[in-house]
Order: sequence, then structure tokens, then C-alpha cells
Amino acid sequence: MKLDAKIPEGPLAEKWSKHKFNLKLVNPANKRKYTVIVVGTGLAGSSAAASLAELGYNVKAFCYQDSPRRAHSIAAQGGINAAKNYRNDGDSVYRLFYDTIKGGDYRAREANVYRLAEVSVNIIDQCVAQGVPFAREYGGLLDNRSFGGAQVSRTFYARGQTGQQLLLGAYSALNRQIHEGKVEMFSRHEMLDVVVVDGQAKGVVVRDMVTGEIETHAGHAVLLCTGGYGNVFYLSTNAMGCNVTAAWRAHKRGAFFGNPCFTQIHPTCIPVTGDHQSKLTLMSESLRNDGRVWVPKTKEIAAQIREGKIKASDIKEEDRDYFLERKYPSFGNLVPRDVASRNAKEMVDEGKGVGSSGVAVYLDFADAIKRLGEDAVRAKYGNLFDMYYQITDENPYKEPMRIYPAVHYTMGGLWVDYNLQTTVPGLYALGEANFSDHGANRLGASALMQGLADGYFVIPYTLGDYLATIGPKAVDASHPAFAETKKAVEERIQKLLSLKGNKTVDEYHRELGKIMWEYCGMARSEEGLKKAKKMIQDLKADFWKNAIVLGKNEEFNQSLEKAGRVADFIELGELMIDDALDRTESCGGHFRIESQTEEGEAKRDDEKYAYVAAWEYKGENQAEALHKEELKFENVKLTQRSYK
Amino acid sequence: MLSHIQTVNSKLTTANCIHMSGNMNLTLKVWRQPNNDTKGSFVNYPAQNISPDMSFLEMLDVVNEDLVKKGEDPIHFDHDCREGICGMCSLHINGRPHGPKQAITTCQLHMRSFKDDQTITIEPWRATAFPVIKDLAVDRSAFDRIQRAGGFISVNTGGVPDANAIAIPKPVADEAFNSATCIGCGACVAACKNASAMLFVSAKVSQMALLPQGQPERYKRVQAMVAQMDEEGFGSCTNTGACEAECPKEIKITNIARMNRDFFTAKFFKQEEA
Repeated sequence: MKLDAKIPEGPLAEKWSKHKFNLKLVNPANKRKYTVIVVGTGLAGSSAAASLAELGYNVKAFCYQDSPRRAHSIAAQGGINAAKNYRNDGDSVYRLFYDTIKGGDYRAREANVYRLAEVSVNIIDQCVAQGVPFAREYGGLLDNRSFGGAQVSRTFYARGQTGQQLLLGAYSALNRQIHEGKVEMFSRHEMLDVVVVDGQAKGVVVRDMVTGEIETHAGHAVLLCTGGYGNVFYLSTNAMGCNVTAAWRAHKRGAFFGNPCFTQIHPTCIPVTGDHQSKLTLMSESLRNDGRVWVPKTKEIAAQIREGKIKASDIKEEDRDYFLERKYPSFGNLVPRDVASRNAKEMVDEGKGVGSSGVAVYLDFADAIKRLGEDAVRAKYGNLFDMYYQITDENPYKEPMRIYPAVHYTMGGLWVDYNLQTTVPGLYALGEANFSDHGANRLGASALMQGLADGYFVIPYTLGDYLATIGPKAVDASHPAFAETKKAVEERIQKLLSLKGNKTVDEYHRELGKIMWEYCGMARSEEGLKKAKKMIQDLKADFWKNAIVLGKNEEFNQSLEKAGRVADFIELGELMIDDALDRTESCGGHFRIESQTEEGEAKRDDEKYAYVAAWEYKGENQAEALHKEELKFENVKLTQRSYK
Repeated sequence: MLSHIQTVNSKLTTANCIHMSGNMNLTLKVWRQPNNDTKGSFVNYPAQNISPDMSFLEMLDVVNEDLVKKGEDPIHFDHDCREGICGMCSLHINGRPHGPKQAITTCQLHMRSFKDDQTITIEPWRATAFPVIKDLAVDRSAFDRIQRAGGFISVNTGGVPDANAIAIPKPVADEAFNSATCIGCGACVAACKNASAMLFVSAKVSQMALLPQGQPERYKRVQAMVAQMDEEGFGSCTNTGACEAECPKEIKITNIARMNRDFFTAKFFKQEEA
């Protein structure tokens, strides 16, 4: 199969406008004859479901949480980028495009990223109209802040809860359509498979998580807005329920998986305290504006810290190594996320880590407090300091924070063309669930932008083209594919429930996480990846023999839910390793130790690797086939990123 | 929320004492109920070797993993983001929604807030409008239905004015934000002796009534949302203020006053707008 990204012809700035004109339309009277299935109700899902229903389509929306408002977009802190140029500081659609494509280490499509920048301005207008309470200045107009990887202030925010406010805006638009009867909402429903009829997606199989009933739902198209797969690492900043099952099932039904190894490891998270740890909490990137990152200069001093003999504040200035400022004098503590993360790991690997575990570095606000005063620091970061205190019981106004990188976002995801359609016609992927806009590294405040761009301003246009092509004839839910897919889901559930071994599903998940973090985390090598591949294959075999899954299907059964998700994560883990093995260059969040400069910086290889790796599932225990979508850069010049 | 960090020094000493004394052994008295059709009861479980650094839900994870190893059904409870923002976690802990500390959710509560040998009673939210699904998980879909009745501003995607075309005084925007931070967890209902949902409903009503964008539907909205609230079987408000005291996001009871004002205004003076 030849991958066709369907990028429109013409100059970059005109592609989307021209494409919108060329897309077929569905006339208003016919729209009500179509049903669209939307899975997931985060920013991408809620905005898509609401916008499509407003156009007149019938929508069925599904989420695993008890309410669509709880999707993990809610937890995004920092902000949302938009090329409004309200600051008069030189921003433009082109500059946002340029920053994003460079930030992604030149592994994203120019046309997609440009469109993202173009519609970013509409997103802010839309959210304000919905009543999203963005931060404002005394004149009553919107405020902005700056974020990593940009030299302009283009980030709109609502204190440290921007994701919450944007999601509640989209949720209110969704609620309005539910009220109008245009969206039928199914909460506490988990999608377990896609129904493919004659090569086209025509429905889904879902499990009612309260009764256990396995239901099939038919529709003219299926939109997966199911988020990222960071929980493959067990510990991540994702919510506990975030999972890859919907995307993975779609992958097994023919949707290619794009760049699965591209994972964003966020530098400023609260470190792990012990084996009981269930998730990691992010501290906003904005802290690096005023916090200074350091470790003790010698291993000996670090050892004294770890043993609790001395405190951070006991260490003299000359015994501290502000390693980011030392190595990157021009960017200092504000280097991009991937660079900051790798350097923290390096310090810990050298034995200079702090905290009782030794797996942390300091983020110190003493200078900022001296310069600005404690009250000013509190006004800026109070809620974050407070959160840190709740979790660690340490007062960051007195002692530096301890931070360490953690898995945060997955740039990889289902491969989609310019229309957001996967390789299965009628099956779309939006938001973090697709691979499309962030390349190998996502810039701060870009995830919210992409989720809402896809849902509010891209899919309402591109989906119409497909629907007009297939026509409004009702989907035949009696087609045998529905019953067959349902049966396959039921059989898999029974197989899981038959597992009565001696190891808990959490134990497998933790083991998987350790393998992925160690060998497919911040630094990867051929040797390590090969070893990890074998370990995961063994883990998978063991899981299907020795896991414990309790209860029955016909009840609220969290044991069963977890087992199904972890089984899929194990399979995804192996594909991530295959993808990391294939890409022997270092780029963005993907650092191959075989590919570095003499100074130990990431070395990209544009000649060999300027492509999207799209993986095709070939069957149980078969190697997946790699398809390459060559990335063409007609507008930006590829340069090695330097932050010295 | 900001106030307790300023008193952090005194807390640090106590916490350090607990920390140094090491891990704890606790007794959990947990509400178990297989489903809504079956009667529930309390069951005691030991929680052993619990680190003070664990969150409350991580402590339950440990207990559950032991149960699973023994082949017993784990304690079911709702949770998701585990960073205090999704509103999915609940739990009545020793008689208080989200436990003994103020301005945090259960997932942010850490075991250092408890003492060795303590018995901790864990119950689901108790309210007619929140039927138990299983064990500690309840059905809060009534909240969604109230929001659907009118908790929105009727604008379609596209065709809206430029964001800076609407100037909103900063204090007004800030106050709207304060109301908008509600996470919809239901602690207000659980804390109220009448199981009233007034704080939850009024937070949304206030957010939109404060903003210029919310004016066209202001009086229609408040009536629709209150009508749905009544239909769901929530109790009446008798101004005890328990909701405000227990709200993890410190939503103020002044929202209720605002909602009442708009509700009466709608009934008596603004019928043409409602």
C-alpha cells in the first residue's frame, strides 16, 4: 500500500483555503441522515462532537469516564498558543508555524503545521465566545505569557488550569448538542474494537463498564479522539485510565501507527518516592522562567544529601553545578524539554542526583525570591508550590524543589493524512491520538491548540468530503462484520477472565514500564532495544499464562478493564521498540546514543530519516511492516538545533 | 489554599516526626456493595506497611493488590487524573468528603495525614441523587444532566467575534474564573445534610451570569438548571455552609446568593428574557 498524505498543491499559505474549497459538501437536509461516532471526549473529541452536531450530523459520543468533562485534557496547566500577535511583538501565523516545525526537530509535515498555526487564531475567539475565563489585563483585554521554544508571547492561559477551562468550554458546547438531541452521549463506555465493512470503518464495539454489556454501534464514520499512550511506561503524567486500547484495536484492523517511539519526556516532574507510586505529577514548564536547575558539584556531596546528613541550603555556592546554565549559556534553564530532560538524566547517571533516592535534580527559587520577593513568587507560582508541598511535604520557598523528567506526551499515534483520516477509510484520528503535528518533540502550549484545531476547525470540513463520497444510505448494522467483531471482543474478554495465575496485572504493568523506561526512555541504544524486545515478548507470553483477572464480565469490573488495557500496552511496547530500533538517528525526544555529536548532543540524520515511520500490523506474532512517508520541506531550511 | 503553605514550618516538624517513625499499620473500615440492587455493609481490612509518602489512593492500590493476590474482588472506587483536577475521585473519609484536609481532593491526600494504628472509615458519597454503582463508586450523571439543561452559551463553532472585541474588567473575569474552577466532584452534595447541589449549580450559573457572553441566556439558564436540579432529587439549601467548607476548589457560597438573585429576578421581572 502506498501512503498518500493528500497534501494539497500550491503555496503553503494557500493550501488549506484551496483545499476547503475543493472538498465536497453535504447539503444541510442530507446531514441529518448521517451518524458519526466519536470516541473520547477530551478537547479533540468534545469539540468535534459538538461542531459536527451543530452542522446537523447525528453524533454518538463515548467516553470511559463517568462524565465527558473528566477527560485528561482537563489536567493541562500552562496554556494554549495562538498567532494573534496581540502583543505587537512580531508574531504571525508563519512564525508560529516555523517555531512549531523547528521545535518538532523537523519531523512533522509542513502543510499540517501551517494549517494548525492558521486556525489557532480562531480557537481563541471560539473559546472566549463560549465563556472561557482566560486571564485578562486591567484594560479588560486578554493577557499572554511566553513559553519554551518561542521568542514571542503568544500563550493564552487561565491561571494554571488552562486545560480545565478549555475542556469545560468544549464540554458546554457538547452539552448543548446533547440537550438538542443531536448528540447521544455514552459515559462509562469503553471502545474495544472497530467494525470494518468492505475496508471502511462502519462502527464500533463498546463495553458498558457498569453492566458489562457488549454493544455494537453503527455509523458512517468513526473518529478516534482517544489521547496518547504514555501509560505504556506505567509511570507518567497521564491519568490512570488513559490507555491505547482504542487506537491499538484500530491498528490491528488496518490503521497504520505513525512514529510510535516519539515520546515526550517532560523535565519538571515531581520525582518518584517509592514502588507504591501510581502516577507522576507535572510541574508547569513556566517554573523554568525563574527556577535554576542544579546538582552538587561532586558525587561525595550528593551522597551526603542522599543520606540526609546535609540539606540543599547547606551546600555552598561554589559546590553547586548549574549544569544547564554552564552548558547552554544562551538558553540556560530555558532549553527545550528534550535537552533539559537528557541533561538531568546525565547528572543522575554520574551519581550527582539528590533526594533520598538519588534520582532527582534541584529546581531552585532562592535567587528569584531574593530578586522578586516571596510574595511575587507566590503570586506567579503559588498553586504549583502548593501542589508540590501537598505531594512532597517539603516547602519549596525554603528548600529547592526536587524534579526529575517523566513521560508526558506521545507525539506518535495513528498515521493520518491531511484530512485526519487513517489508512482505514472512514476512520479518523484527532488530537494526541494521531501523529501529525508535533514531529519528534512538542512545544509547550501546543497540545491544547492541536486538539481544538482538529475538532473545531479541521474535521468539520474534511469529514464532509468523505461522507459526501459514500452517500447517506443507512449503515447496515446486520452486516456479519458487526456480529463477528462483537464475538471477537467477547472471546478476548473470556480469555482474559480465564487467567487465574499468580501475578497481578499491576505487576505486569510495572514490569513493562520498567523495561520501556530503561531501554526506550530518554536514551536508547541498539543493544538495549534488542534486549528489551526479547523481554517484552517474554512478558507477553507470561501475562497470558500467569496473570490474575478476577470477577465476571457482567458487572462493574475494574480488574477486567485494567487487564485488557495492559495486554494492549504490552503489544504496543514491542512496536515502539521496533520503531526506535529502525530510527538510528537522534531527534527530538528520541535520543540514540549511537548518534551524537562530539559534545554529546543529539545528532539528527536528515538524509536517511526525514520520514514518518508508519507501521502496518501483519498478524499475531508477525513482524510489522514499515512504510515510509517522506517529509518534504519546501519552506523551511533544515538545521541542526543548537541552544549553546 | 495559599494560607496553609505560609504556616508550613510548624507542619513540617510534625510531618517529619511521622516520617521518621516510618511506615504505618492501619485498619480500613470500607463500604462494600456489589451493586445498586444489593445491600451494602462495612468490611474491615488491614492496611499494612503504609508509607506516609503514599497518596490515599495509592494506599488503596496496595490493599487492592493484596486482595487480588488472594483472589478477592478489589475495592472499587472512581479515580483518574490523580492530580486534583478531573473530579472523578470521591470518598467520604472519616466522615468528611475528600478526607480531613481542606482544599484538596482525595487523590491529593497523603498518608502522612494519618497516624499509626488509626482506623479509617471509607464510604461513598451518600445522596439519593448519587446512587451507588459498586462499593465506593457512585453515579453522578445527575450533574451532567443539570449542565445539559442550560450550562452553556449558545454559540456555534465559527462566526464569533474576535476574542479582544469583548473587554471584560479583570476583577469580573477573575471572579468568573473562581466560579469556573468547580471540578464537579460532588463533595458539596456529600457534605450537605440535605444533599443539596446548590453550590455546584450556582458555580456554573455565576460564571456565565458574570460574563458579558452569558447575558442573553442569563435568566433562561438559571431557571432551566434549577428545574433540572430539582428533578434529579437533590435537597434544598438551608445555608449551613458545609458545601463551601468541604469544597476542594474553595467555591464560595456567594455563588448561591447570586443564583438565588437571578432565579427570583427571572421569575418576577425578566419573564420576557426567560
